[in-house]
Amino acid sequence: MSETLSRARTATAPPGTPGAPPRERADRPAPTGSGAAPAESARQGHRPRRLGPGRAVPFGRLIGPVLLVAVWWLSSALGYLDPRILSGPGTVLATASDLVSTGRLQDNALVSLQRAALGLLFGVLAGVLLAVVAGLSRSGEYLVDGPLQIKRAIPSLALLPLLILWLGIGEQMKVTVIALGVAVNVYINTYAALTGIDGRHVQLAESLRLGRWTFLRKVVAPGALPGFFVGLRLGVTSAFLGLIVVEQVNATSGIGYMMFQAQQYAQSDVIIVGLVAYGIFGYASDALVRIIERRALSWRHTLAR
Amino acid sequence: MATHPGPLTAAPPAIRTSRLVRRFGEREVLREIDLTVGAGEFTALLGRSGSGKSTLLRALSGLDHGVRGSGELAVPERVSLSFQDSRLLPWLRVLDNVVLGLGGRRAEDRGREALAEVGLAGRERSWPHELSGGEQQRAALARALVREPELLLADEPFGALDALTRIKMHGLLRELYERHRPAVLLVTHDVDEAVELADRVLVLEEGRIAVDLAVDLPTPRSRRAPRFQEYRDRLLTALGVHPEPVPSEKNDA
Ligand SMILES: Nc1ncnc2c1ncn2[C@@H]1O[C@H](COP(=O)(O)OP(=O)(O)O)[C@@H](O)[C@H]1O
Ligand SMILES: [Mg+2]
Repeated sequence: MSETLSRARTATAPPGTPGAPPRERADRPAPTGSGAAPAESARQGHRPRRLGPGRAVPFGRLIGPVLLVAVWWLSSALGYLDPRILSGPGTVLATASDLVSTGRLQDNALVSLQRAALGLLFGVLAGVLLAVVAGLSRSGEYLVDGPLQIKRAIPSLALLPLLILWLGIGEQMKVTVIALGVAVNVYINTYAALTGIDGRHVQLAESLRLGRWTFLRKVVAPGALPGFFVGLRLGVTSAFLGLIVVEQVNATSGIGYMMFQAQQYAQSDVIIVGLVAYGIFGYASDALVRIIERRALSWRHTLAR
Repeated sequence: MATHPGPLTAAPPAIRTSRLVRRFGEREVLREIDLTVGAGEFTALLGRSGSGKSTLLRALSGLDHGVRGSGELAVPERVSLSFQDSRLLPWLRVLDNVVLGLGGRRAEDRGREALAEVGLAGRERSWPHELSGGEQQRAALARALVREPELLLADEPFGALDALTRIKMHGLLRELYERHRPAVLLVTHDVDEAVELADRVLVLEEGRIAVDLAVDLPTPRSRRAPRFQEYRDRLLTALGVHPEPVPSEKNDA
């Protein structure tokens, strides 16, 4: 039971809600196994029907993608696919190794990653700073929260024309666009988590006469951390979204630029290499954040065992 | 140690309130409460649900900012408060919960000692959710005790525990009380618990202290003793419940 719960918590926490700290019932020890199962199976004959999905097959999730690649491979090998529309996997692999050996892929990937990383860095810093200002003081809340809630309603990418007008088409504009999207995601979730601190914990802190600093460090910050991570993960996603868009605006380097060029020469193999690179970035960065989250919230993850 | 020494010590009282009023909107929940609890006195506070027990405790612990009221109130410097839920912070290990906000170099050692006293030696590095309900409540007790309170305010600390765990906790609380001698104000809705543990029982009703009864029984107390039953029946009557003629154990639950 606890496993499903904890998965639901991380997977479906909507933006704006801080991942609510798991409420442990004080009158019950942590659940160790399937709750009512023994009692149910003792009743012979009429067993309740299983409503959840069945048992998981190891690596079962890979079946879909593998099948997809197989169909792709087969149809290009049988000549159903026009290489100008979609190159076969063999061609894509050859192109990829070509791009690697000339260094074109790495160079562009490095530029793209640098943009995403800088945008993420500034965005997270700004988001956390604003959330702390708005979450911990009334005047900060009045000054900061309104504009950011409005900004939330305007997609960062809609600001692109304005930002190009102000900052030109250089790196500064690109990093700013990415950072804006990240900052809003981090802000919304961290702020919600800060203001949603459990009142019972505040009461405890008061009864223990904690100083303001200890209160922030031991109660507020750890309590808001799950919400921050929700924001961070959304922020990482939005960073790559922003990256893809800004790299198509007059860029002269980056994965997006490489793909854009390939489009003009109808090189679908290069485009696919670019797509795969974006996919790997996205997946790897999300996995990285999850590892960090797992460590930072280790008190939580022992619940799922 | 068996009988209670009574408030004959020269120490100033642990609680003194005078015409204490607390109201929510138009409703006066506490109406001019005059209460004195002596240093080291173990007092239980009974009352129906909604009678204002928690309101009184919050007032005594100074946690009721924003609640309107008047009156005078004096409590000692070191007051510990414990809640119905153990209120351990889930992201701090048990020992860190116990010493939370405690200054000084020896804080950790004192925390360890307190944990050992409540029978949780060896669980210092556990996460709160790895403890059973009773163990969590014991950790909360350690957190209250490690501050060496002159006054311990406890709001239904056993309310969420199962019957067996409760019996053990009663013994533990009384034992710790005998050793450390803080004044205790224990809020409970369980008459048997009040008579078993406290040397004085108050009943809060209509915002006033309607009953103030000294319990003159040797400890440890047996719930089967006829005099225990007498106290119990008097309090039940005061609470508007007709006591059953036959002693029953089901109130333990
Ligand atoms: N924060 C609050 N706002 C409004 N009414 C409250 C508040 N806290 C308590 N009350 C009311 O005051 C009365 C006493 O509450 P409480 O002290 O919690 O009772 P008890 O602990 O004896 O069950 C109840 O009627 C309750 O509804
Ligand atoms: Mg109450």
